[in-house]
Amino acid sequence: MRITARGLAAGVVATALAASMVACSSSSNSGVTTLNALFMQQAGYSQEQITQMVDAYQKDHPDVKVESTFVSYEALHDKIVTSAPAGTYDVVLLDVIWPAEFATKDIVLDVTSRYPAAWKDDMLGGAYHTAEYNGKFYGVPWGPSTKFFYYNKDMVAAVGATEADLDTWAGVLGVAQKIRAAGLSSYPIAWSWAQAEAVVCDYGQLLGAFGGQFTDAAGNLAVNNEAGVQTLTWMKQTIDDGLTNPASTTFLEDDVQKTLAQGETAFGLNWEATLGALNDETQSQVAGKIGILPTPAGPAGLRPGINGAMALSIPTKSKHPDAAWDLITYLTSQAVQDQYPTGWPPNWKSSYTDTAVTGQAPELFKAAAVGYASLILRPTVANYNSTSAALQAEIQNALLGQKSPQKAMDDAVASSKA
Amino acid sequence: MTPSPRPKPDEVGAGKRPWRRTQGAFALGLLAPAVVVVFGIIVYPMVQTGVYAATDVASAMQTSAPFVGLGNFRSALGRPQFWASMGRTLYFTVVSTGVELLLGLGIAGLLNARIRGRWLLRTLVVIPWAVPTVVSGALWKGIFNAQYGSLNALLAQFGLIDKYQIWLGTPFLALNMVIVADVWKTVPVVAFMLLAGLTSIPDEVYEAARIDRAGRIRTLTSITLPLLLPSISIVLVLRVIEAFKVFDIIYAMTRGGPANGTMTIAYYTYMTAFSDQRYGLGSALAYLIVIVIAGLSALYLRALRRSEMSLL
Repeated sequence: MRITARGLAAGVVATALAASMVACSSSSNSGVTTLNALFMQQAGYSQEQITQMVDAYQKDHPDVKVESTFVSYEALHDKIVTSAPAGTYDVVLLDVIWPAEFATKDIVLDVTSRYPAAWKDDMLGGAYHTAEYNGKFYGVPWGPSTKFFYYNKDMVAAVGATEADLDTWAGVLGVAQKIRAAGLSSYPIAWSWAQAEAVVCDYGQLLGAFGGQFTDAAGNLAVNNEAGVQTLTWMKQTIDDGLTNPASTTFLEDDVQKTLAQGETAFGLNWEATLGALNDETQSQVAGKIGILPTPAGPAGLRPGINGAMALSIPTKSKHPDAAWDLITYLTSQAVQDQYPTGWPPNWKSSYTDTAVTGQAPELFKAAAVGYASLILRPTVANYNSTSAALQAEIQNALLGQKSPQKAMDDAVASSKA
Repeated sequence: MTPSPRPKPDEVGAGKRPWRRTQGAFALGLLAPAVVVVFGIIVYPMVQTGVYAATDVASAMQTSAPFVGLGNFRSALGRPQFWASMGRTLYFTVVSTGVELLLGLGIAGLLNARIRGRWLLRTLVVIPWAVPTVVSGALWKGIFNAQYGSLNALLAQFGLIDKYQIWLGTPFLALNMVIVADVWKTVPVVAFMLLAGLTSIPDEVYEAARIDRAGRIRTLTSITLPLLLPSISIVLVLRVIEAFKVFDIIYAMTRGGPANGTMTIAYYTYMTAFSDQRYGLGSALAYLIVIVIAGLSALYLRALRRSEMSLL
C-alpha cells in the first residue's frame, strides 16, 4: 500500500475530528449529564457512605451520571487548584480554610444568590458560615466539624479516674501520668503533629483552651503572643514528660486513630467519624471501650474546638453549574444527612433534637452539643496555605527542640509576612 | 571513475510530482506527531513557564498578570527557604549518588561474575527499579513507621535497639531515611549501567594482567576502574541530575517534613506554585532548577562524547 502525503494528512485530520467528537460526547451523551465530583477519602463521610448517597441521587435522576473521585485530604487542595482551569470537576469538597483563597482567585463560584433565606435559621452557626467570605457564599456546608477528645475507658477506670477528671487539660495530664505509672501505656497521649494541616488544627484547639486566637484585630498572624507561646510550650512539655508519644510529630489523624484502636494509647483528639471506626470490631481492638468528650478546657477555662467544617462547591469552569447545584443541595439536605450522622453530624438544627438521628450515635451528639457551641477559626486569609505551611514547620521546630517556642512563633509570624 | 551527472529536477518523473517533494511531505507527515509532542509538552510549557516567571501570576484562573521582569528571580534568591532547600538537595544528591555508585559497582561486579543462577540474580536485582517511585515511597514509609514499622521490629528482635526509633521523626534523620529509600530504588539501574561497561572490557586485558601476575586489587585499580571510568562518569552525571530533581519519593514519604527537613528544591517549587498559588515565583524557582540541570547536562553530554557509548 502506498501512503501519500495527502492521504496521511487526511488520516490525521480524521483522527483528530473523531477524538474531538469523543471528547465532546463524554460530558453529555444522549441527554445524560455527567457530573464529575471530587471528594475526600479521609475523616467525615466514608467513601462507602458517599457512594450510597450518590447512587440514591442517580436513581432519582436517571438523566445524571455522577463520576466520583476520592483523594486524601492532603491532596485535595492541589487537585482542586490544578484542575480548575480545565473545568475537570463540577462539584468539589472545600475545607473551611479555603474560601478566602478560592474566592479571591476565582477558583469556585459565588452561590450567594442560590442560597435559600431559611438556611440561616435552619442551619447551625458552626456550619452555616463554612463557605462564607466577605459576606458571600462559595459553597454549601456538609456538616459542622471539630475535634473531640477520645479516651480509653478501661485505662481511665483502671487508675480510678472518671470522665470528670478529663474535663480539663490539667486533669488529662494527671490521669495520663497515672496510666503511664501503672504501665498501661508507654505514651498515654497521641496527637496528629506531623508537618501537615493536622498539627495546625491540634495547635489551634489548644490555643483556644489557653485563651488565644491565631490573628490580631487587624487579621495578621499573632501566635507569638503570650497565649500562642504558652500553648506551644505546653505541647513540648508533654513530650518531655513522656506523656505524649514522641512519634506524634509523624502522625496524621489516621495514625492517632490506629494507636487508639490498637489499645496502645489512652487519649487522642480526632474528628467525628473516628468514634464509629474505633467502635467497629473489624477496625479496632478496643471496640466499645472508647469514650468521646468535648475537648478539655485549658487554664483560661475555655474549650473551643477547631472549626474543621467542609463544604461542597462548584468550580468556576464547571459546564453544568445548575446540575451541580442540584446534586449539592441533595447531598447536603437534611433528609440525606440525617441518614449518616456518624460521618458528619447534620447541618440542620432540628436534627439535633430528633431522636431518630441522635439515637444513631448518642455519645457523639452529647459531646457535639458542647463541642459545636464554641469554635476557633484558623486565619481567614487568601494566602492561608503559605501561612499554615510556616506555622506547621515552626511548630515542629519547637516540638523537636530545634527552636524555643518563642523563637519558633516569632519566625512563623515573620514567614507569614514574607 | 567519472561521476555520473546529477539528473535535473525536470527529468525526474516527467508529468508527476517531483519525487523529492513527495518524499519531503511524507517525511514531514511522519515527523509531525513528534513535533507536536516536543512542542506541546516540552517547548510550549518551557516558554509559558518563562512568561509566568516574568509576571506576577497568583491564580490558576488568572488570564493576565503584571510584568515584573526579574523580580521573581530576585525574590526567590532572597528567600532563606530557597537556600535551605538547595542545601538539602545538594546533600541528598551527593550522598544518594555516592552510595548508589558504590553499591552499584559492587552489585555490577557480582552480576558480572560467572556464577550459577546469574540470570535469576539479575532478574531479582532489577525489581526495585521496576516498582513505581510512589509505591516504593509508601512501602518505605511503612517500613520506617515508628509504631508498626518492620525495621523497628527487625532491629528489636536482633537486640540492636531497646526501644522503637522514630526514623522519620527528626529532620536530618528523615532526610537520610529518604536517601535509603532512594538508594534501594535506584541502585539497580546504576548497577546495570555499570554492568554494561564491565562487559565491554575485553577478557584479553584481564588475561594479560594475570600473565603479568597482577593481583586482584591491582587489576581493579589499574584495569577495571580506569576502563570503567567513562561508564562511571555517565552514571554519575545522570544520577546527579535525577537526584537533584527528587520529588515523588518526598511527596510519598514525608511531604517535606518534619520541620522542613526533607524540603528539597523541587518540592519547595511545587509547594510555592501549586499549594501557595504563587505561579510566578514558582516558575522562577523552576527555571533556577533548569539552570542547574542544564549545567549538569552539559557535563553529561561531555562525558558521553568521551565514552564508547556515545552516538554523537
